Amino acid sequence: MVKQKESNFDTVWNEKKLAADNFCHLEFDALPENEGFARVVVAAFMTQLDPLLEEMDDVKTAVSEAVTNCIIHGYQGLEQKKMRIHMECFRCANELYVLIEDFGVGIENISQAMEPLFTTKPDMERSGMGFAFMEAFMDELFVESQIGNGTKVYMSKRIGEK
Amino acid sequence: MDTMFTVRDGCLLVTMPKEMDHYKVDMIRKSIDQYLLSGEAQSVVLDFENTGFMDSSGIGLIVGRHKMVSCFGGKLVATHANPRIQKILLMSGVKDMIEII
Repeated sequence: MVKQKESNFDTVWNEKKLAADNFCHLEFDALPENEGFARVVVAAFMTQLDPLLEEMDDVKTAVSEAVTNCIIHGYQGLEQKKMRIHMECFRCANELYVLIEDFGVGIENISQAMEPLFTTKPDMERSGMGFAFMEAFMDELFVESQIGNGTKVYMSKRIGEK
Repeated sequence: MDTMFTVRDGCLLVTMPKEMDHYKVDMIRKSIDQYLLSGEAQSVVLDFENTGFMDSSGIGLIVGRHKMVSCFGGKLVATHANPRIQKILLMSGVKDMIEII
């Protein structure tokens, strides 16, 4: 389920975070070599939920898509600025929550950006499947963005319900 | 380096890396295109034997190489894809575009 305009989403997220059984956050440079690093961190964090291999692959793919978006789109043309990605993971009971945030250019039209096959970078052979994969592999996806103020991608997934 | 390129009879065999993401894709694209543009190879086989992870960056690479190989009258084939990679290929619609063995 994709949620786009829900004013209290932040509040709900923060309440969940306060009630989390376990929480971690990480900040790293927006470099392609950190895509694998971010995936491994989330995968290691979620092992405490005793996930199936498939569930772990789903989360790794979604994280990879979100982090890649920050690097390719979030910080386009902003090379002089400090380019960091902030990642937050926590779990509440059997649910895993992941936030990926950049502080870059922001997304002008979120619903268009989320359309499958839509890409602003066809020259770079981007497939336009990033958000579609995040949506398919996670239970919930919420995107918040403001021009010039970065983008936040909130995702959650129940583990072990299959 | 976990990616290897071998040419035999005009066919380029690419042993794909363990993890196919945006970081790996740029390098692989450049190498494949070099083989195609120099005329050393017309067809490409992507061998996913060692690959356990692929995201949408890999899809972009496959679609792009498919277009390019088609221009040269060659074929693009994917082989040894595990169930996870097959799922990604299926979901993105790439499965109908190239040959998978």
